[in-house]
Amino acid sequence: MPAVSLNHLTKTYNKGAVAAVNDISFSVEKGELFGLIGPDGAGKTSIFRMLTTLLLPDSGSASVDGYDVVKDYKTIRGRVGYMPGKFSLYQDLTVEENLNFFATVFGTTIEENYDLIKDIYVQIEPFKSRRAGKLSGGMKQKLALSCALIHKPSVLFLDEPTTGVDSVSRKEFWEMLKRLRQQGITILVSTPYMDEAVLCDRIALLQSGKILSINTPEGIVNSYNGKLFAVKSGTMYRLLNDLRSYKNTLSCFTFGEYHHLSFKDENKNSEMELLKYLEEKGHKQVEIKPIVPTIEDCFIKIADNRN
Amino acid sequence: MITGQQQKMKESVIKTEKLTKRFGDFIAANELTFEVKAGEIFGFLGANGAGKTTAMRMLCGLSIPSSGKATVAGFDVFKQTDEIKKNIGYMSQKFSLYEDLTVAENIRFYAGIYGLTNKQIKEKSEELLVNLGLEQSAKKLVRELPLGWKQKLSFSVAIVHQPKIVFMDEPTSGVDPVTRRQFWDLIYAAADKGMTVFITTHYMDESEYCGRVSIMVDGLIKALDTPANLKKEFAANSMDDVFYSLAREAKRSADG
Repeated sequence: MPAVSLNHLTKTYNKGAVAAVNDISFSVEKGELFGLIGPDGAGKTSIFRMLTTLLLPDSGSASVDGYDVVKDYKTIRGRVGYMPGKFSLYQDLTVEENLNFFATVFGTTIEENYDLIKDIYVQIEPFKSRRAGKLSGGMKQKLALSCALIHKPSVLFLDEPTTGVDSVSRKEFWEMLKRLRQQGITILVSTPYMDEAVLCDRIALLQSGKILSINTPEGIVNSYNGKLFAVKSGTMYRLLNDLRSYKNTLSCFTFGEYHHLSFKDENKNSEMELLKYLEEKGHKQVEIKPIVPTIEDCFIKIADNRN
Repeated sequence: MITGQQQKMKESVIKTEKLTKRFGDFIAANELTFEVKAGEIFGFLGANGAGKTTAMRMLCGLSIPSSGKATVAGFDVFKQTDEIKKNIGYMSQKFSLYEDLTVAENIRFYAGIYGLTNKQIKEKSEELLVNLGLEQSAKKLVRELPLGWKQKLSFSVAIVHQPKIVFMDEPTSGVDPVTRRQFWDLIYAAADKGMTVFITTHYMDESEYCGRVSIMVDGLIKALDTPANLKKEFAANSMDDVFYSLAREAKRSADG
């Protein structure tokens, strides 16, 4: 039995005008770290809210630990942990009071499951008598995770836990998730950051309520059709325009230090011909090299094919 | 030989000297000294809580510094804050568009606020709608627009008065990879026409699009150079690694 299962799950808003979640099916195995990757409006939060029984589907069904999200909502609520995208703890309770509150509501104590949260909680324990509203962003995030874990949930739902967080704190947060997974907790996590996708066991790429692709990160990268090249020169903005107007360019996007380019008609001379073209255009220090696509390249390509 | 173009590039649009902001005993921004030239895309990076927002607020004339000196677009951040506000553009991650007004009304509103004449407003509105491909949507309420379009419109109204410099605070949060890149195309194009762009972001690949990048840690500017030089200096493969090696030393824990 999968830990989470969605079967043609659909949710619309504005009397059906907006399909936030459009006929989505997938399942997550026990102990998996599963990522929902997509921009704002992809449907990530609506999926989380239906799985945590806070929102009713229009049609289709879903189960968590084998329990139906509509019929067995009370059972599910006792078994899952949920960290919403928006900070939702009690701002005027202290750190310790918040944690105590959530432990009590779920019929347990801090002591009983302290092992599970220890790694995370020790980092905020020095501030345990501070009100939650007075915590920094990083500390709020750690407290919210502790509260979602205190009853030892079988499935943990994390809705954009790293959005707006700097890249150092993001790395720390993913380290925490890896340790939790080693303790056997199934984790569903959503993020708009494509670079975090590679840290999941499997991912679903989402856009506008639809799944674009679902696979392991390596699987998604391996299914990229065609070759991708990284191109660089001394003048990157002019290079971008010149690459885009090149006759054999299929697509060209900025990608950090390089532009990523794919050819319409790719053969053994493509690179040489492009180099010649760029040198004729006056580009200096031109570098062209074949590269392995990132998840973000894959997302762009699949999304583009859909449109 | 110095060409006209290079001469123009040498003009400083932002110049700070030991710019400092204290809140009681807390030094949010500590003796910041740097210059940004006309037409530069300047990446202003730092961990949450490093002091970026405080620094940006001082440069935008929204917060008076505790000590130090700074000019923005030639105006003093202590005495000429109104002049600064008239001469800069500002775009925050929470777009300041009016959701209940139409696209055309938002453009007219901002153009009016920035003192454009009726004739200019009319011309500018038409030009923007065409450039953004929003002619068909001119009478749509902004709330009905997809996030990516809101973002482009938001940038366009922020620079409707053609300021010398535009400040952007995490403008690309939450949009899809394609839209994020289309947005950078707009930024590149604006900078190409000579506008200075001062931008914060959590996407490290975007810091590569900047001419120069500064990284703040605990109120101090810890590094400032081109992305290529920073990578050399820190023996790093990516800006992400550069950022990580500096920001993990941060003592201040963050508030974003």
